[in-house]
Amino acid sequence: MNRQLARVAGVAMSLLVVLVVATTYWQTWARPSLAERQDNEIQRVAQFEIKRGPILDEGTVLARNREREVGGRTLYFRRYPQGGLTAHVVGYSTAGRARAGLERSLNGVLTGADRDLGSLVQQSLDELGGKPIVGDTVVTTLDLDAQRVAYEQLGSRCGAVAAIDPRTGRVLVMASSPTYDPNLVEERFGEIERITADCAPSAALLNRASAGLYAPGSTFKVVTASAALDSGAFEPSSTFDDPGYCIAYGKRVNNFDTSRPFGRIDLATALQYSVNSVFCNIGQKLGAQRILRTAGRFGFYERPPLETPDSERLASGLYRDGELWFPERNQDVDAGRMAFGQERLLVTPLQMATVAATIGNGGLHRRTYVVEKVVSPRGKTTSRTTPEVIDRAVKPTTARDIGDMMVRAVQGGTGTAAQISGARVGGKTGTAETGVAGRNTTWFIAFAGPEGKRASVAIAVVLENQTSTGGATAAPIAREVMQALLSSGANT
Amino acid sequence: MTARNRELAALLFVGVVGSTAFASAWIASSGELTADWVVWVGVLLALYLAAHVVTRVTVPFADPTLLPLAGLLTAVGLTVIYGLDPVNARKQVVWVAIGLAVYAATLLWLRHDYRVLERYKYLFGVSAIALLLLPSVPGLGERINGVRLWVQAGPLQFQPGELAKVLLIVFLAAYLRDKRESLAQGRLKDLGPLLAIWGAAMLVLVQTSDLGSALLSFGIFLAMLYAATGRLLYVAAGLALFVAGATAVHSALARVQQRVTVWLHPWTDEKVYCAINGKLELRQNCDSYQLVKSLYSIANGGYGGTGLGRGTFETIDGTPLIPYLNTDFVYSAIAQELGLIGAAGVLLAYLVLVARGMRIALIARDGFSKLLAAGLTFGVALQTFIIVGGVLRVVPLTGITLPFVSYGGSSILSNFVVLALLMLVSNRAVTAQRR
Repeated sequence: MNRQLARVAGVAMSLLVVLVVATTYWQTWARPSLAERQDNEIQRVAQFEIKRGPILDEGTVLARNREREVGGRTLYFRRYPQGGLTAHVVGYSTAGRARAGLERSLNGVLTGADRDLGSLVQQSLDELGGKPIVGDTVVTTLDLDAQRVAYEQLGSRCGAVAAIDPRTGRVLVMASSPTYDPNLVEERFGEIERITADCAPSAALLNRASAGLYAPGSTFKVVTASAALDSGAFEPSSTFDDPGYCIAYGKRVNNFDTSRPFGRIDLATALQYSVNSVFCNIGQKLGAQRILRTAGRFGFYERPPLETPDSERLASGLYRDGELWFPERNQDVDAGRMAFGQERLLVTPLQMATVAATIGNGGLHRRTYVVEKVVSPRGKTTSRTTPEVIDRAVKPTTARDIGDMMVRAVQGGTGTAAQISGARVGGKTGTAETGVAGRNTTWFIAFAGPEGKRASVAIAVVLENQTSTGGATAAPIAREVMQALLSSGANT
Repeated sequence: MTARNRELAALLFVGVVGSTAFASAWIASSGELTADWVVWVGVLLALYLAAHVVTRVTVPFADPTLLPLAGLLTAVGLTVIYGLDPVNARKQVVWVAIGLAVYAATLLWLRHDYRVLERYKYLFGVSAIALLLLPSVPGLGERINGVRLWVQAGPLQFQPGELAKVLLIVFLAAYLRDKRESLAQGRLKDLGPLLAIWGAAMLVLVQTSDLGSALLSFGIFLAMLYAATGRLLYVAAGLALFVAGATAVHSALARVQQRVTVWLHPWTDEKVYCAINGKLELRQNCDSYQLVKSLYSIANGGYGGTGLGRGTFETIDGTPLIPYLNTDFVYSAIAQELGLIGAAGVLLAYLVLVARGMRIALIARDGFSKLLAAGLTFGVALQTFIIVGGVLRVVPLTGITLPFVSYGGSSILSNFVVLALLMLVSNRAVTAQRR
């Protein structure tokens, strides 16, 4: 009988070995994905025993802890002293509704989980001694004064402002209106849902600056013009005949103002005055794919790089049935209409700010970032973000020429409302009609720097549900925010 | 060093490990180590030392690892249960005391020759069925969580199914040893009484919806049948029978369907109908709530665990997250507090227990002893697999206790009876070897 018994013993022991393997799977391999799940309350509660690292901006506290004794243990809950000012970047960390923003994407850093071995040993010793785990401090790159100006300017209008330092890729302003108070998320979430603004639904939790998709309107002409010059087939002085409209796919596409055709006009003047027919012709000559490939080098078709969660950033490009889409054949897209920003193009303000920054920066597309550095509880800087060039988007000469055209648009074109005395400002307006009167999406993208120096600010402003044009609505906001950034000491 | 001295040394070692573990759970809950701790540790150690003395007198040559392993497992169980609710831990100590008393009584009763049990095999078979039927008797049975398993006797709740399992193994060992020759030759006539008893047991189990125990009994039955006859055909036929039965049960019982669905797809991205509140819910918030929360608990342990008494089992406002944490889900508490290292350690303890138990079966001289030891040991292994595997989503989850660890009197009692029987078989086998 012993042979059978040995086999039965083998089966019995393999059953137990299977259990060891399964336990290992859940506790090591599957652990991170389970910890990420939104309904994992254990993970959430356990993390409240960790003294989360604060989120700072220079000296200002954006997120800090408030201790509370619950059932004999000390729990650390979050407070956000700046309220709605940085809500979309910082996000929130709550027991009831999980996390958002940097609180979500940098959870590992803020809870001290992403540390090297030496720190982990120290941490384990602290734990044995009954001390709470202390997370690392995160310092952001935001300019709070300019951020405040952006919100004042936006007021009750729905929209967003994104500003970047073109020399580094630092995000200086990221404002999304309407905003919400992250302190209300835990217990008074209903108040956030009831926030009203000049749009419905108001979607206060949405970070419009990086996850709001808008038709770019004429701001996209900057990309088209870049593709045109880079192709070598066009120069700023290339001339066109403007009849006031252009025929695309047998249909007339009008200029913004059809009553006043420009007649013979060169490319530089066409950008200055935002003449649709010229760009329509360029688009038809270049084809959609070439323009979109140039757009790709500006960062289109990728989530704009930033430390916030992936789900809070969307890629810009052509969208079809709600999905990002790159045409396989040129004839799948109406290139003429696409060239001046229509035809199912959807972009984020952060992406358009990147376009302006790239032009202002001599054609170098830089990685955008909002986290300056991470500091350990003992005050040691554990990581500091270094500026990084992703791609050369356009030739230096192209960037210079397009930049000059944008400067002309501000000096005496569609963007005069963005003039700042003592500064060189180049900008491009955009007005995307939605087909409903009074429902225009208006834009202004720009770069600016002190006279005779490199551009030190790039910006994109978008507004929803406007009756007027980008030059009249968005450009003044851009001017105020850029002025605040140019005058602030941190950005000289 | 004699077997008993080794057992004593191992018990003292387990005592040190257990007291340290208990001390850390104690500190985690009350912040300091008070004198009461000594009482707890002292009582438990005294109980096991007393059991050791009885062992020394009655079965001097029995395997020296089994009692310390049982001690280790009960200590782990008590420590975790204490961290969850000290009141339950106090009750559990009482049950361990009773369990050890039953262990000692069994040893004393059967010390001369446990093989008298063979003579009463049909009595055991019939009483197993009777025990299983008890909860269904009106006025006596108690329905808890939709399952009739408990018998209310004064202040005590008792789950007769646990003891019935042991009786069934004794019956099977005796019967199979009697008929193994003819069964091995394929005389199916002899399967009659066997199938009758076993079938009745299964019927009762299905009727009371105790699927875990049904699965366990079935597995033990197959293993013992194979060990006795050496015919894989029986195992294959048994498995076919099981698949057929399972399919029938699956389509007949909504409860079983639900278990299988939860096992296959615990998480849904879209809301599905939730029978508990009649609304549309994500499955992880409804049917698979327990399983999913328990997996989160296990995952939260990581390599090293949170520490004893420091696991998270409640929301911030103190609502318990995992139901039946100290019985069915005790493993997910252990895995969180002790981490992979500790949980693997506990599984290793079972592994050693099973290895030693099977060794007893191998060295035993007569068929009854071999089958008895193998059946009891396989029962421990399979029971551990069914509940821990259920908690780990290896198999569909069916509520059944973790031997020696889970909170609950009947489970502790029957496990100590199993332990006593293994010690008796071991003692006899080793004595025979020494001659």
